[in-house]
Amino acid sequence: MFEQLVDGIFWNIALIVFFVGVTWRLITVLVLRSKRIDYSVARNSGVSGAIMANIRGFYPRKEVSGRIRLQVIAGYMFHLGFFVVLFFAAPHVKFIAQNITGFTYMTIPYWGFIVASEIAFAGLILLWLHRLLNPVTRLISKRSDHIATILVFVVMLTGCMALGEASSELRVLHRFSVELLMVYFPFSALMHAFMFIPSRAFTGVLLGRRGVNV
Amino acid sequence: MSTPLERGVDMLKSQVDARVESYFSSCTHCGVCAEACLFYTETDDPRYTPIYKTEPLRKVWQQNFTLWGKLSTSLGLSKPMTENDLSDWETLVYDGCSMCSRCTMVCPVGIDIAYLIRKVKEGMAAAGFVPEGLQGASERALKFGSPMGLTSKGLLSAVGQQKKEHDIDIPVDVVGAEYLVMLSSNEVVLYTEFLTAISKIFSAAGITWTVSSKYFEATNTGVQMGDSVIAAQLLERLLEVATELKIKTVVSPECGHAYTTFRWDGPNILGRELPFNVVHIMELLDQLRKDGKLKTTGSFDERLTYHDPCNISRRGGVLEQPRNLLNQVAPNFVEMNDKKEMNWCCGGGGGVSSNERAEPLRLQVFNVKKRQLDELDVTTMVTACSNCRTMLEEGLEENEMDIEVVSITELIADHLA
Repeated sequence: MFEQLVDGIFWNIALIVFFVGVTWRLITVLVLRSKRIDYSVARNSGVSGAIMANIRGFYPRKEVSGRIRLQVIAGYMFHLGFFVVLFFAAPHVKFIAQNITGFTYMTIPYWGFIVASEIAFAGLILLWLHRLLNPVTRLISKRSDHIATILVFVVMLTGCMALGEASSELRVLHRFSVELLMVYFPFSALMHAFMFIPSRAFTGVLLGRRGVNV
Repeated sequence: MSTPLERGVDMLKSQVDARVESYFSSCTHCGVCAEACLFYTETDDPRYTPIYKTEPLRKVWQQNFTLWGKLSTSLGLSKPMTENDLSDWETLVYDGCSMCSRCTMVCPVGIDIAYLIRKVKEGMAAAGFVPEGLQGASERALKFGSPMGLTSKGLLSAVGQQKKEHDIDIPVDVVGAEYLVMLSSNEVVLYTEFLTAISKIFSAAGITWTVSSKYFEATNTGVQMGDSVIAAQLLERLLEVATELKIKTVVSPECGHAYTTFRWDGPNILGRELPFNVVHIMELLDQLRKDGKLKTTGSFDERLTYHDPCNISRRGGVLEQPRNLLNQVAPNFVEMNDKKEMNWCCGGGGGVSSNERAEPLRLQVFNVKKRQLDELDVTTMVTACSNCRTMLEEGLEENEMDIEVVSITELIADHLA
């Protein structure tokens, strides 16, 4: 019964909430509340500023890199490991082919999955420890940051447990945790996965027009 | 009649736009911004973390513009904003932030935190939580035209004195001049050499210019305290005199926030394009140099460095012009380790210098500049902002450092061919 719900109605609800929620949030930013015109006379192109800001944001400025080493390294470990597993783990590729694209593509070998997921776990745990132990992040973190971290952790853990596909219960558990994450996603800090693009672009346009290297 | 709290909250609500939405939605609370903020690095107090200073606006956004926020507020799970919240944040945004926006440059998701803090100040100002010093400066600016209470008579007196002492021409209220030079009160009262310097340079370059006796003040206290209504009123005065004098180009003096206000923020505060061009004095001098109208002779041989004013470099985009000018006259010019768009603030921007309560903190955070200077072993520091100049001089004095602070315009004027 629970398995049917998870594979059926729960999945459909999660998909709808995720896509409608994310789309609505993006539309809110890009259309509904974007009425502002910049009346100052631009020195340089705002568009190139937006593009540069989106690229520039992927690596830290040398002036602060020594002070934020842990966040940068752990951040990259988690994100890279997570995306490799999400998009290239064999069960995921099979699932995407069956439910979305209709075709399969390159998958990582089993050992690659283990390495990528361990890197992602290590990154996530380091980031979480930093969030809990560092006075700055401890002060500024919100409940939603912790909920998001826990949900992602659970998704990754249940995914690893279900990897061997030895038990249907483990697969259902993993899929259910993914559905919870998908429902929570549009209303949480997880939205940064999409919002960082307009966020960097807004600042890039502002500074780019002024002739400042973002 | 609404309460101060209601006015503050309403103002904060009105500040939420697409940028605010995307910024708060993308913040992961990673804490990287703290590492770029001199108020955090020099105090180790996490409350000075830049994104933390935006908390009143984030709270209003979260409770009124997000689904979970609305839900939790209606269920009584989310605490509403109180006057104490605003009161607690007053010192954080007015004393502990110079709006230098160094944090903006390092945010991994590109949040312009200075933009958010500017909006928090709008809410603070609406609720009446503004430091006395800034409030007073603002009242004087509206009443007399200058935050220091300097009147037109005071300007004319200073102009007359400079003319007499240096045998120079300082045109006043000349209709149809190419350039209208705005001044900060600092340059009329404290650093009067600036007027003499531009007079000599413009005379040598053969350009026509004027100052306005009706409205000469470049500083905009409305911007500093975060009150767009006052900011707009002061900008309208500039528009009025520029129109009366048929000015095509307004020159921002050596004042960082004046330049950003005139050049970049002013048109948006007014909601229309300005009917004239705006240039910073560094831009104009560098253009005159390129055109062959600004020729220098000799050199300043002391070992010197340049302090980038945040609003001119990081927020203004005037990065190379002062360096071009310095390279023309200063063979021993050396750069600080963090420079240009990643410079460290003097500590007194964003109205902090007008806020007496913030002085001990401001002098504490000057330590970062002290370290930068200690690495260089210079005898002179040049800058292009009179407010920075005052802050730097006070910081150097406090730390008993024997370094002279000089204006670039004055340095160039001293070496005119």
